[in-house]
Amino acid sequence: MTSASVLFDAPGPRTRVRNRIISIVTLIFSALTGLLLLAKLAGKGQLTAAKWQPFLTADLWRTYVLPGIAGTLTAAAISIVLALALGLLLGVGRLSPIAAVRRPCAVIVEFFRAIPVLIMMIFAYFLYALNDTFASRYLALAGVVTGLTLYNGAVIAEIVRSGVGSLSRGQHEAAAALGLSWGQTMRSILLPQAITAMLPVLVSQLVVVLKDTAIGYQITFVEMVRQGTVIGSTYGNYVSALIVIAVLMISVNFALSAAATRLERRLRRSRRGAQPLEAEAIEQGGAPRALIEPGD
Amino acid sequence: MEIFTEYRGQILEAFWTTIQLTVFSAIGALILGTVLAAMRLAPVPTLNWLGAAYVNVVRNTPLTLIILFCSFGLAQTLGVSLVDQNSPTSIVDSNFRLAVLGLTLYTASFVCETVRAGVNTVPIGQAEAARSLGFTFAQNLRIVLLPQAFRAVIIPLGSVLIALIKNTTIASAIGVAEAALLMKEMIENTAALIVVGTIFAVGFVLLTLPLGLFFGRLSKLLAVARQ
Repeated sequence: MTSASVLFDAPGPRTRVRNRIISIVTLIFSALTGLLLLAKLAGKGQLTAAKWQPFLTADLWRTYVLPGIAGTLTAAAISIVLALALGLLLGVGRLSPIAAVRRPCAVIVEFFRAIPVLIMMIFAYFLYALNDTFASRYLALAGVVTGLTLYNGAVIAEIVRSGVGSLSRGQHEAAAALGLSWGQTMRSILLPQAITAMLPVLVSQLVVVLKDTAIGYQITFVEMVRQGTVIGSTYGNYVSALIVIAVLMISVNFALSAAATRLERRLRRSRRGAQPLEAEAIEQGGAPRALIEPGD
Repeated sequence: MEIFTEYRGQILEAFWTTIQLTVFSAIGALILGTVLAAMRLAPVPTLNWLGAAYVNVVRNTPLTLIILFCSFGLAQTLGVSLVDQNSPTSIVDSNFRLAVLGLTLYTASFVCETVRAGVNTVPIGQAEAARSLGFTFAQNLRIVLLPQAFRAVIIPLGSVLIALIKNTTIASAIGVAEAALLMKEMIENTAALIVVGTIFAVGFVLLTLPLGLFFGRLSKLLAVARQ
């Protein structure tokens, strides 16, 4: 089913009136809810200038918000690069014709998709802390990056696997007919096409990584959400601080999601190469045994 | 092993809290998510817009921020109370319920998108046949589309549920005594990192892996036969 319009008939005059009434009632209801919320906020003194003024000072941004943004971006950037490498390795390993390579890769992938990222972060954090692996100011960053890399590496491995699986069998057979070895087929035939098909999914995985850096809040990692609560306790304006942080986060992630969808549509339009995997289908695909179906 | 026997009661209690968080949030998210999906499919543009706005905002917000907002914003600043203030366990209950609220709001956006994807798998002919029988949009959705849609997305819905189980660990940000919080506490107290890590890893594998298998089975069992 492609368009929603097949779900209902073209509205006649009576339905149009009814739909308009529903529209108006919804609008009034939303407006009332909004007003109620504003009244409640105002009642608690959350709308006074004092609560919002600090966000107009350079001081607040320099001391709190910018370090938070830097932390979030650093962790996300390092994690996505490492996760890509790990994911490629595990994904290709899972496709290997050698069972001794394939099975351990499968176990590792399923294991890291079954465990909450927070559990991995706490484990890595204390592992590094007890062994003095990193200087103490990099401890939390290392914990966050480890957790995110392991989890997203496992997810990307599955994306790689389904990307290769989405290619037509002819590709594999043609390569075999040319006498290419498994490694050559993978490297020069399958992976280049699969990675193109994977691009939209990889971009939307970036949204997941960015969002998940916030889990580092719990191992005292300096990222945006933590900085939001610090602002809240310093200036006594939790509500406004968290709203500002949320707006920042949502706009970046929304732009990334939109980019992923655009990329997917563009790839789908071009006739050449493999069909792209759907960007949105994957976002919660991090569950064990959740098969990531190409284009599902 | 000594550590496990020493902490067994607490570990079971913590995982029980994890399960409770999951069950309550799953029920809430399934209801809210289905309502949102219906809104996004409805013939009324205002409803479409409202549903889309909710999903886009919530899906792009970190869960930690949503849960912290429930605690700091709703409960502490605005004084929204989900519990009887006079009950002796009001603080614990309040944190638990706020966490359920946050998890529900967050997971509902994923349920909504999954259900919507399910409706898209139903062949056009089904909706057309329903319309030619004179079904209204609500009847069409309730009697024809949603039952088939849910059966088509059992595996993805299962993935959402498993993601929810894993996400409940984030409730420890507002001090709900679930698995992740106990893990931190146990590592700090015993310093037996490997043992404690293994206990909790195994706990979550036991919770999530069988569910994945179960949903795979269920989906085959309930698949809509199509020619």
